[in-house]
Amino acid sequence: MSFLLVFAIVLAIGLAAFVVGRQRARAQDDGTVKPHSRAHYHGWWAFLTGVVPAVLFLAAWDIGASAYLNSHIHSSLPADVADGTVAHEDLSAGLVKSLASGLRKLDSQTLATLPSTFTELQPMLAAKGVALAPDTQDYMIPIATETNSVSDRLGMISAVVSIGLALIGVGFGLKGISPRARARNNVEKVMLWSLLGASTLAILTTIGIVLSMLFQTIAFFEKVPLTNFFFGAVWDPRFAAAGAGASEGQFGLIPLLAGTLYIAFVALLVAVPIGLMSAVYMSEYAAPKVRAVVKPALELLAGIPTIVYGIFALVTLGPFLRDISAALTGGTPFIQAQSILTAGLVMGVMLIPVVSSLSDDIITAVPRAMRDGSLGLGATRSETIKRVILPAALPGIVGAILLTASRAIGETMIVVLAAGVAANLTLNPFEAMTTITVKIVNQLTGDLEFNTPQTLVAFALGITLFALTLVMNIVALYIVRKYREQYE
Amino acid sequence: MNIMTEKSLDDAVNAEMNARTNEIIKMRGDKVTVHYGEKQALFGVDLDVRQNQVTALIGPSGCGKSTFLRCLNRMNDTIDAARVGGKITLDSEDIYDPKIDVVELRARVGMVFQKPNPFPKSIYENVAYGPRIHGLAKNKAELDVIVEKSLQKAALWNEAKDRLNEPGTGLSGGQQQRLCIARAIAVSPEVILMDEPCSALDPIATAKVEELIDELRENYTIVIVTHSMQQAARVSQRTAMFHLGYLVEEGPTDKMFTNPDDKRTQDYITGRFG
Repeated sequence: MSFLLVFAIVLAIGLAAFVVGRQRARAQDDGTVKPHSRAHYHGWWAFLTGVVPAVLFLAAWDIGASAYLNSHIHSSLPADVADGTVAHEDLSAGLVKSLASGLRKLDSQTLATLPSTFTELQPMLAAKGVALAPDTQDYMIPIATETNSVSDRLGMISAVVSIGLALIGVGFGLKGISPRARARNNVEKVMLWSLLGASTLAILTTIGIVLSMLFQTIAFFEKVPLTNFFFGAVWDPRFAAAGAGASEGQFGLIPLLAGTLYIAFVALLVAVPIGLMSAVYMSEYAAPKVRAVVKPALELLAGIPTIVYGIFALVTLGPFLRDISAALTGGTPFIQAQSILTAGLVMGVMLIPVVSSLSDDIITAVPRAMRDGSLGLGATRSETIKRVILPAALPGIVGAILLTASRAIGETMIVVLAAGVAANLTLNPFEAMTTITVKIVNQLTGDLEFNTPQTLVAFALGITLFALTLVMNIVALYIVRKYREQYE
Repeated sequence: MNIMTEKSLDDAVNAEMNARTNEIIKMRGDKVTVHYGEKQALFGVDLDVRQNQVTALIGPSGCGKSTFLRCLNRMNDTIDAARVGGKITLDSEDIYDPKIDVVELRARVGMVFQKPNPFPKSIYENVAYGPRIHGLAKNKAELDVIVEKSLQKAALWNEAKDRLNEPGTGLSGGQQQRLCIARAIAVSPEVILMDEPCSALDPIATAKVEELIDELRENYTIVIVTHSMQQAARVSQRTAMFHLGYLVEEGPTDKMFTNPDDKRTQDYITGRFG
């Protein structure tokens, strides 16, 4: 039986238990004892005792079963394949798996008289719309059939056990129904655990992402020394020819890091003053009607996909700046179409709503008493803003700027299109420079062999970027939190 | 009631001393009305504030006493929906006249708020704030003098002189409120408005602030909103009773507390409502 079918059956059992439980709780309420929980809580509790263990088991079994099948296939492979390279073994196991899932499409009669060679089998499967790799070997056919039968057996066991668990759980839940039973508190506890589970999942995912990058990063540093990466001033990974020497090419982080920080700096130079001023205007001056229009309009900027900004930079702003510089010098342009300036300006525009929205919240959070105190002393509005509100909000604004900076550092699409791919090390904002994110994209796209430093370096770059933004976010959150405490 | 009789005795002496200045009307409200949006909060209030006296505004919550106070230095201007009608004068000048600069007005009519609201700056900077924005000091030495004098007048100098560079928010509640008073004094106002200045303070801090208010009367005209009848009796020379946006009655404090004309005042003072 398939996973979904079992799941549906378990759910149906649970729903039935809900109806029965609610009915039973209502029937028990004869007015003599004040019921602890309302009837539908008893229903929900019966539902949960049935469904939760069954579903948890089903999920666990499914994960375990696929792992078991995988190792089963590996162990069934002939000795010469298993002794070969890891890649070869994985490839063969993958072929067996696709063959096995292809065989599922055939009816039982055909399966009983299965041909023993792939050349005979292939047209039969092709007729069912299953395309298989031509290097599928004859010896894989029996392994695939066997895999299918093992998987069927495992599926059967899981179906029986989980439906059984659901029935037992439902029975337990229904049996416990009595007027004084604390179904309401029990349901509350399950709610708490499921909420906890949801937040844990988010954290675990983050850890999982970091770990997955970490392993590849370690693989990279096995091939390239740490100093080459962190202190190398030249980025020239070369081309990853199959079987080429490992340490070919140079993987210097510094030009990329410099480019990333430079572009982020230019972007902040644009976004911070404009964003901050619009935040001050919106929180201090704008009439409610104006604010109701301007604030959503500004936030609309945040909704534009960054690739669109990138296109704008590539097609409009970059050529425009180049042509202007050409007109100024009367011939040779000193601003390249793809440059730090272009990328920084466009990214800055993208970040304006981020700065203004965060700062707006922070400025609005400065207590009214501060404004009153200053205005009551005869200060004008702008004096109040300059001397009282902004200083009071400063830690929060610094936090907002750091959060914005980490957005700028992690931004990819704009820089891919607007900053160029040349890993220069320059201070001239009119030249092209490139960023960590651009190089990650570059190293991971195209037909590259995976196990080469040329590809693996993307993970080292990724984890560096992660560490960089993580530190900035932590500092930002720390500052923001500290600022909050001031008024409580 | 012991306090009340002592107070009456004091006042009898004071009344004679103040007889000369009694007649100077510092501020005058003439048919003052206030609307907050659709809702009317004040209905034609006529009230005089006498120079070098403490005028207490009392009344149950929502009676309009704070609203009236905030009209006196146009703090209601900062609330978008508020509209003020009628006429309010300061030294016979209409303060709602378009020719009046509201910023200048607020320098002449200072305000102390219900909750102490020192700026998140040092004690020194808090007091120096007003003089700085109004350019009252030519140099650092003059500013130092203003800060010291203001803190002395606010009876905070002895406690604060060794920690002028520490944040004002680090002081105790009562000290913070005296800091706010010092901050208001530093711009040399003529009138000081106080909106329930002691409601967030403990009794000891309250006593200090009340003592201070009595001393300040010598140089300033004070209008104080208070919820505490005893406080009104202790610190003020004249009391005005508000109810539901109307001025019920106004008169010398001892008369208001012993022999009010209006039954509502009687009821409020004896604690029958409010």
